[in-house]
Amino acid sequence: MRMENESHYYGIYIHIPFCERKCYYCDFLSAPSTEERKEEYVQALIKEIEAKGSFISKEYVVRTIFFGGGTPSLLTGEQVERILSCLKKVTTWNETVEITMECNPGTVTKETLVCYRNAGVNRISFGLQSTNNEMLKRLGRIHTYEQFLESYRLAREVGFSNINIDLMSGLPRETKEDWKKDITTIMKLTPPPEHISAYSLIIEEGTPFYYQYSSGKELPEEEEERQMYEMTKELLETGGYSQYEISNYAKSGFECLHNLFYWTLVSYVGFGIGASSYFENHRFSNTSDMDTYLDIWKDFEKGKQLCFSYQDKKSDFKDETISLEEDVVEVDNISAMEEFMFLGLRLIQGVSKEEFYKRFQIRIEDVYQDVIQDFIKKGFLIETSHRIYLTKEGISISNYVLSNFLIDRNND
Amino acid sequence: MNQFDQSKIRNFCIIAHIDHGKSTLADRIIEKTGLLTSREMQAQVLDNMDLERERGITIKSQAVRIVYKAQDGEEYIFNLIDTPGHVDFNYEVSRSLAACDGAILVVDAAQGIEAQTLANVYLALDHNLDVFPVINKIDLPSADPDRVVEEIEDIIGIEAQDAPRISAKNGLNIEEVLEQIVTKIPAPTGDPDAPLRALIFDSIYDSYKGVIVFCRIKEGRVSKGTKIKMMATGATAEVVEVGYFGAGQFIACDELSAGMVGYITASIKNVADTRVGDTITRLDNEAKEPLPGYKKVTPMVYCGVYPADGAKYGDLREALEKLQLNDASLQFEPETSIALGFGFRCGFLGLLHLEIIQERLEREYNLDLVTTAPGVVYRVHKTDGTMLEITNPSNLPDPSEIDYMEEPFVSAEIMVTTEFIGAIMDLCQERRGIYNGMEYIEGTRALIKYDLPLNEIIYDFFDALKSRSRGYASFDYEMKGYERSQLVKLDILVNREEVDALSFIVFEGSAYERGRKMCEKLKEEIPRQLFEIPIQAAIGSKVIARETVKAMRKDVLAKCYGGDISRKRKLLEKQKEGKKRMRMVGNVEIPQKAFMSVLKLDEN
Repeated sequence: MRMENESHYYGIYIHIPFCERKCYYCDFLSAPSTEERKEEYVQALIKEIEAKGSFISKEYVVRTIFFGGGTPSLLTGEQVERILSCLKKVTTWNETVEITMECNPGTVTKETLVCYRNAGVNRISFGLQSTNNEMLKRLGRIHTYEQFLESYRLAREVGFSNINIDLMSGLPRETKEDWKKDITTIMKLTPPPEHISAYSLIIEEGTPFYYQYSSGKELPEEEEERQMYEMTKELLETGGYSQYEISNYAKSGFECLHNLFYWTLVSYVGFGIGASSYFENHRFSNTSDMDTYLDIWKDFEKGKQLCFSYQDKKSDFKDETISLEEDVVEVDNISAMEEFMFLGLRLIQGVSKEEFYKRFQIRIEDVYQDVIQDFIKKGFLIETSHRIYLTKEGISISNYVLSNFLIDRNND
Repeated sequence: MNQFDQSKIRNFCIIAHIDHGKSTLADRIIEKTGLLTSREMQAQVLDNMDLERERGITIKSQAVRIVYKAQDGEEYIFNLIDTPGHVDFNYEVSRSLAACDGAILVVDAAQGIEAQTLANVYLALDHNLDVFPVINKIDLPSADPDRVVEEIEDIIGIEAQDAPRISAKNGLNIEEVLEQIVTKIPAPTGDPDAPLRALIFDSIYDSYKGVIVFCRIKEGRVSKGTKIKMMATGATAEVVEVGYFGAGQFIACDELSAGMVGYITASIKNVADTRVGDTITRLDNEAKEPLPGYKKVTPMVYCGVYPADGAKYGDLREALEKLQLNDASLQFEPETSIALGFGFRCGFLGLLHLEIIQERLEREYNLDLVTTAPGVVYRVHKTDGTMLEITNPSNLPDPSEIDYMEEPFVSAEIMVTTEFIGAIMDLCQERRGIYNGMEYIEGTRALIKYDLPLNEIIYDFFDALKSRSRGYASFDYEMKGYERSQLVKLDILVNREEVDALSFIVFEGSAYERGRKMCEKLKEEIPRQLFEIPIQAAIGSKVIARETVKAMRKDVLAKCYGGDISRKRKLLEKQKEGKKRMRMVGNVEIPQKAFMSVLKLDEN
């Protein structure tokens, strides 16, 4: 796996907050909408891209683009084409750019897929979740497994050679056998997917599942879930996939670069409602209110000055600029160290000691000696001369381990 | 000098079962007498503390002086003394009653007489007060005033035919109450020229004036400059100011004389010097005898109070000292727990008093507290013939040194509709009650009498009573004394280490059940950790119950969506923050609320 963390690369995330119907477990920013509304949104997106593109330095080079949702595949091929060509016009691109499109099985036709491909999309991510139709129904998914097979076949037919499939474990009334069947079935696809994301179901507050399952009844026992997790790795390894992140598996060379950017503190800029950015040492996100978002960009005239609000302080034309971001947080040195650890340790290869020193001009041991040694002793971390990474046991309780890399800030 | 002669003064209080409308009636009386306009009335003027208003109960005694122009054309001074409304404060109630000449008995027109109604009436009659009844809440659809009149006459034996039928809430027929105060409550007597005898019925601490003593002048007179002496505590002082109570304010006057109710300030720094029930006299012309009935109140319930953050120990002490300025019945002394660090063993009049103090510490002083299970004062008779009073289970001597132990008992009266008699008797039996008889009150209700160990009623007896009677039972008790009892100390071991703050003393026969419930509860409260944690209940070296908290083997693996790192960070921060609210005991993290879980053993 090749890590690209040269500082001038960055990723782009584009949020498409539309879906045909909310799945019962979903708490993402997404809702069903009309064609008119979608078009209105795409136009706003394009204005946002034009505006931001004009002040993101051309020195920065786009390396990945990710359409996430919602269901991005509800966009027409033409809309995707418009967004990408606008992006290409206003930002600098690397010679190869990984462009991922999340697709919901059953929502794509051959024609759309061809358009996506022509527009530059080169990676498809299918949110399949389960191969069991009964389970798909229970989750509130809009498609059957058979519809997925058809979408998958079409994607291959039009030439997509980098496909991810999302699977979810720990589902209501799911057994280890069910999960095993999900994985083996997917591995037997011809050709099999290049990448598999296998997540655990999380019962989020405010979702229908929260009311139905928050008591934990009908959900697999923790121990069973742990076994499912271990099984995932074992099974996928037999199919030639290696685990490179807590929940991600890929054939060699097909790791998702966009996600790797997240884990290795590479910059990314988000577009669309609720989209997060990490840019020039600041984390911030766009408004998550659709009307507010549309209003900002409806009224936006070309040529009007714009900058990120954290840049505002330095800006000479304060009064004419408009502020777009919410929750702007400067990532200070301490936060950056924390993120370096709790994001980097999600990767199976863990974090590099040299990289830590290069970034922070302080040795990792000087900051985290106690935590690291404690977890090594407990069997949750392994240290080699160059790297530190989670053990199998450490991965199982990663939140617990990672939370210990947050540094106490004693203000009083 | 004296603007009003004694015959125009009426000193009275209002007595009622909880929720029968005592404070609302007080509000209406104040409002109708014109001291405040309706608009100025804040609901329940007399209940000063936020806490009192929220809980709808009176914690401290309050008094107010109002002027009423009666139908006979004369102006009367009413001194209305609002008494605390809870059994924890029984002694304060009795002293407030002693400051009055009469009482209005408020009875709910729907509920009729309840246990506290009776207890309060008897208390008032004991103090030779003239009691006249008022039937409240006649606006309720379920009101049955005729039945209630009959009840009052049959059960209490006081005339009730002409009892005002009112709705304090709606201000209905309040005039009638005011007139009856004039006609049915006697004017005070007492020689203004005799040596001073004033009864303290409350005292509060004010940062400007020092201690403000609330008193009823029984004989003699007092004014600025009078040198006074508290007859029980022996404290002396020179009077700085005397006055009476406006609504929510103190109004200075020249002199208080026999028959009047008012306040005295005398640059006294400590409320402990002005104990409720004590008699104030003149230093230069001492009364021969103090007024009867003084008693030093002693705490009945003890628990450990610890700051959640050990660094706040000093703040906690300061807060307790401040509260004590106003509340002489609150006691505390430093103690140390292996599990909880430095804190205080605090003594309270009862569980309500405990809760009030705890809430005030948390609210007014912004302290985060961990409290241990409340317990009573046990008497341990040792084999060497000495006797110890134990308030902290950790101080219990080795069983080999104990000859026998005693625990405090109360005499309880429970009033209940007949259909629930069985359920309530079962409850009392479970709580080791000793049946003391039962009286039927008209066909449908009964007054059940039990002697109960105080320890059995301090946790959740009242809740259990309410739930087993669908809310109909009412309850009152008074201290009876100590009785010999078979008691053991129950220890809780977490990961094989004894947690001192979780130990409690319990009746031997209930030990197994309590131990089992305690282990179950702790299993719920203690989050899983990296290793398996046995939780055991033990008496001495004998383990009587066990549960296990399984080791944590996996936590959720969330999809990190759209690069929303902030969300991920918040999740980890929450996980870390949760850890901070834990106490390390050995190598186990125990959440603070687990220490209070003993309180809720019977919830289900």
